[in-house]
Amino acid sequence: MKAVTRIQGRAIPFGRRNVDTDVIIGAGHLKTITRIGLGRHAFETVRAEPGNVFDDPAFAGAPILIAGDNFGCGSSREHAAWALADMGIEAVIAPGFSDIFAGNAFRNGIAAIVLPQRAVDRLLVVAADHMLTVDLHIMTVASPAGDLYHFEMDAFRRECLMAGHDEIALTLAREPAIRAYELRTGT
Amino acid sequence: MSRAPRTLYEKIWDSHVVERAEDGTCLLYIDRHLVHEVTSPQAFEGLRLAGRPVRRPDLTLAVADHNLPTTKRVDANGMRLPIADPESAGQLAALEANVAEFGVPYLDADAAEQGIVHVVGPEQGFTLPGTILVCGDSHTAAHGALGALAFGIGTSEVEHVLATQSLQLKPSKTMEVRVDGSLGFGVSPKDLILFIIGRIGAGGGTGHVIEYRGEAFAAMSVEGRLTIANMSIEAGARSGLFAPDDKTFAYLKGRPMAPHGEEWERAVAAWRDLATDAGARFDRSIRFDAREVAPIVSWGTSPEDVAPITASVPEPDSFADPERRAAARKALAYMGLVAGQKLQDVAVEHIFIGSCTNSRIEDLRAAADVMRGRKVSASIRQALVVPGSGLVKRQAEAEGLDRIFTEAGFDWREPGCSMCLAMNPDKVPPQGRCASTSNRNFVGRQGPGARTHLLSPAMAAAAAVTGRLADVRELIRS
Ligand code: SF4
Repeated sequence: MKAVTRIQGRAIPFGRRNVDTDVIIGAGHLKTITRIGLGRHAFETVRAEPGNVFDDPAFAGAPILIAGDNFGCGSSREHAAWALADMGIEAVIAPGFSDIFAGNAFRNGIAAIVLPQRAVDRLLVVAADHMLTVDLHIMTVASPAGDLYHFEMDAFRRECLMAGHDEIALTLAREPAIRAYELRTGT
Repeated sequence: MSRAPRTLYEKIWDSHVVERAEDGTCLLYIDRHLVHEVTSPQAFEGLRLAGRPVRRPDLTLAVADHNLPTTKRVDANGMRLPIADPESAGQLAALEANVAEFGVPYLDADAAEQGIVHVVGPEQGFTLPGTILVCGDSHTAAHGALGALAFGIGTSEVEHVLATQSLQLKPSKTMEVRVDGSLGFGVSPKDLILFIIGRIGAGGGTGHVIEYRGEAFAAMSVEGRLTIANMSIEAGARSGLFAPDDKTFAYLKGRPMAPHGEEWERAVAAWRDLATDAGARFDRSIRFDAREVAPIVSWGTSPEDVAPITASVPEPDSFADPERRAAARKALAYMGLVAGQKLQDVAVEHIFIGSCTNSRIEDLRAAADVMRGRKVSASIRQALVVPGSGLVKRQAEAEGLDRIFTEAGFDWREPGCSMCLAMNPDKVPPQGRCASTSNRNFVGRQGPGARTHLLSPAMAAAAAVTGRLADVRELIRS
């Protein structure tokens, strides 16, 4: 996985609450056999709305998405995280995430960043005119307008994102312990 | 040294810890991994890109189920018929190429053993008590009926298990659901689990692993327990468990992948020690009496939206919680139902008997008992019976159940997920109403705009006979 410490760029001020995985990527796209190419089908139902933020040229290729509370609820299918990664999203900022989605996002190199509702509301406004900077090292979200918010993140996940480790490589490094377990249990 | 009493869940967890981190996260060994065509292609792709092999193909078993059409699979010469939908055909082809490349055991799409992944695992003896079993599918919980700790995982985790035969996990909380007394006449395990979900809510088990205990479950067949454990996820629980007992051992004995001979004797002795110790504590305990349970149907778009068949469609305002009120209002609009309408007056046009919840031989027998000598009502547009596996299908045919169904007007199909989810040609049309033995009545689950009523196999047969939701007790009493 690509290492990410600093994500800087435009942030899509979406802001909607309870966005489920079906909204992120419609069920009609679950039959794909690769992780790539889902980006152009992401948020299809939202994109059908005139004047939506996703089709605003100002946010084309933006690496950050700002969402409302409970982002990514619904199904456990990883297609939602793949669709965002394929869109080029490297960080999602929201007041809260579904647990499963947050795990899937992290496994696909996307930082799920939790900030209080008031901070998110402010960033939704700021993002209209400014770039944002997410720094995983010092755990802050900043804007050139002077905003600076601190966030918390699971230490293991943060390290993995910053080092570009994939979880599988980390577990493979535990091979002697796995082998010992198999020998001990006769598996 | 004497140990503190432990639950079944804690015993299985403890015996699988490879390493434990300070924050409680454990690297857990995974004994069994079931793979199907929908959630595995990207996992195999990941392995290929990283140049990693499947660590233990011998602990892995693949089978296709979600996409397969349930119409004939081979022509008169035994040649496989092509799948019309190119994307479905693509997922099957990807699975077949991947299992060949990585050396994973595979039950071929036209083999007699093919079937829904959660029917096949127990049937083959791949699922065993005391093991940890995973699959990229939320209804993996079903395998807990045999005393396996079984849960669904995402595709990255599928890749993780393929590469390392382990997962990094934090323990869940434990919840005891105790049901004493015995189920009444015409009441099945499906009614009981719908009743339980109705009582604890679709999020009632979140963060917990449920252990089902008490007289009602002890008296239940393994197949009934599979129905119950399967729907644990619909109560929000990651997994459901039953302590293995003599019924479990009798079910497993002689299954192709179960231990044999002396190994079998040793295994049974170890499995007997798995039961929750006297005095072990659960984080939560809930009790019901089986005698309270009547045949149940769902009326809304969440599995918690259930009522006894003798009741009426509820008034949304009758719910105390404002969010639930709003959800009920939305659900009734989607379902085309009116508050106060009697459930028994609701006409259906589609009948689906199948899915990993209710497609085993006992389910088909229960439905056939109701259908014997009766016809599917002329008002029914489509009535499907889809056995859960080729072996179930064969057994049903040996018992003459297929004839009872076909003579009554049902379609008798090849095994697969079928109308449980709209991923293959079996779909309910928009605004169509289906009496379904599956597990999810979500918006659009059986097809865009489709309206699903969850119920038991016998109740589905009663709906087929009468053309509406009906109380099966009235049909079998006469
Ligand atoms: S039958 Fe339905 S619930 Fe079961 S595995 Fe298939 S799609 Fe999932």
